[in-house]
Amino acid sequence: MPTYRELLQQTRSEISEIDANQARERIESGEPVVVDVREQDEWDEGHIPGAVHVPRGHLESRIERLAPDPVRPVVVYCSAGNRSAFAAKTLAELGYEDVVSLAGGFTDWKRNGFPVQLQAGLDVPQRARYSRHLLIPEVGEEGQLKLLDSKVLLVGAGGLGSPASLYLAAAGVGRIGIVDADVVDESNLQRQIVHSTESLGEPKVDSAKRAIEALNPDVEVVPYQERLSSENIERILADGWDVIVDGADNFPTRYLVNDASVWHRIPVVHGSIYRFEGQVTVFKPYEGPCYRCLFPTPPPPELAPSCAEGGVLGVLPGVIGSLQASEALKLALGIGEPLIGRLLLFDALTAAFDEVKLRRDPDCPVCGEQPTITEYVDYVEFCSGTREPA
Amino acid sequence: MTKVRIPPTLREQAGGQRELAAEGDTVRELLEDLMGRFPGLRTQLVEDGDIAPFVNVYLEGEDVRTLDGLETEVRPGSTVILLPAMAGG
Repeated sequence: MPTYRELLQQTRSEISEIDANQARERIESGEPVVVDVREQDEWDEGHIPGAVHVPRGHLESRIERLAPDPVRPVVVYCSAGNRSAFAAKTLAELGYEDVVSLAGGFTDWKRNGFPVQLQAGLDVPQRARYSRHLLIPEVGEEGQLKLLDSKVLLVGAGGLGSPASLYLAAAGVGRIGIVDADVVDESNLQRQIVHSTESLGEPKVDSAKRAIEALNPDVEVVPYQERLSSENIERILADGWDVIVDGADNFPTRYLVNDASVWHRIPVVHGSIYRFEGQVTVFKPYEGPCYRCLFPTPPPPELAPSCAEGGVLGVLPGVIGSLQASEALKLALGIGEPLIGRLLLFDALTAAFDEVKLRRDPDCPVCGEQPTITEYVDYVEFCSGTREPA
Repeated sequence: MTKVRIPPTLREQAGGQRELAAEGDTVRELLEDLMGRFPGLRTQLVEDGDIAPFVNVYLEGEDVRTLDGLETEVRPGSTVILLPAMAGG
């Protein structure tokens, strides 16, 4: 049986090695994927910028997701060049065609004064809490840190805001603002799952804050117990939000949110529900249409019953609000294809989704080529039925 | 014959049905057929002789305003979705 030293020597003779200078040249060409096979604590203390991290023990099972192209060159490193020698051999056996190990490892890299990326890093409890995110290559530690640093404003802590707030909180969105003037009413509890029987009569923002903080203490909840209006929206937006989730229950608020979001260039994840059907889309200012491109004017009030008048299946906002949370997370992470320029329709009775295309209106009064609405209007009057096309 | 999806906010004016079959070679003819049978739909769908600004009409997923509006030709067997604004949350 060979000793460790003999095995290492044997392995090193079977692989290619480069020194720190050669490694730097290769890495700076941008061509190779750089794989760090050290343990988590070593990675946290600093690593080569742009490297992907797979502890040696997980190499075989995880490398395919991180380096799907076997033809792309690989530079693998550890702290001194021993673990990476074994890793290089394994990668060659897995079919990677051009693998080199950094002789002297990260220690030599640092000794040469080459760039090192320090990780802000997740702590141990966070690593456990978000472990299912960390396993997804599109999220990973970097994505999770982005989420923890992201700020999402929820307009409404009702049917849509309830599931959206809980999922965003669970996902680790670092700061969640909630605007809602109402108190929890018995008729809310059939669907507004962020509230509970014991919070009856309590302001919704306080009830939601308590539920969210119980779910995830990493999240800071900023409550705004007020009805969003032309008078307070600038103050609320000044707190700095990356994404707005619109779960309002009335047209004046939806037009107000739209105009403000266009002027502040904040994407809005829009959801609306009625009885068994819901709609979801993303209004990303100037990249896709805005709410006014879709509906230049609201319907006369008598033609647009609300859920309070017409009812809604309790679980419907669960579906639509969760889709809104999913879109908000994608926007915060910068991954996937958000619903920009597409409107998703869901019908719970037939369990079917439909999709229609939305286009920017060049004549849109807010985001068009020659906008005619450039400051807040009286939104209640605008939606009151005495409509004058803008 | 064209299938027209009736949204929940318009169903009361359309006999409670989720989907209606309509006849016509253009969007205008389809809507006229529907509004002839269900007069309550008229104020919900048209305003000043055009599609009302608070409703969108999609033919095979495309907004007919980006096609030829009410004059957009409709092939038999296609699907039309009526989409009024809803505010509920």
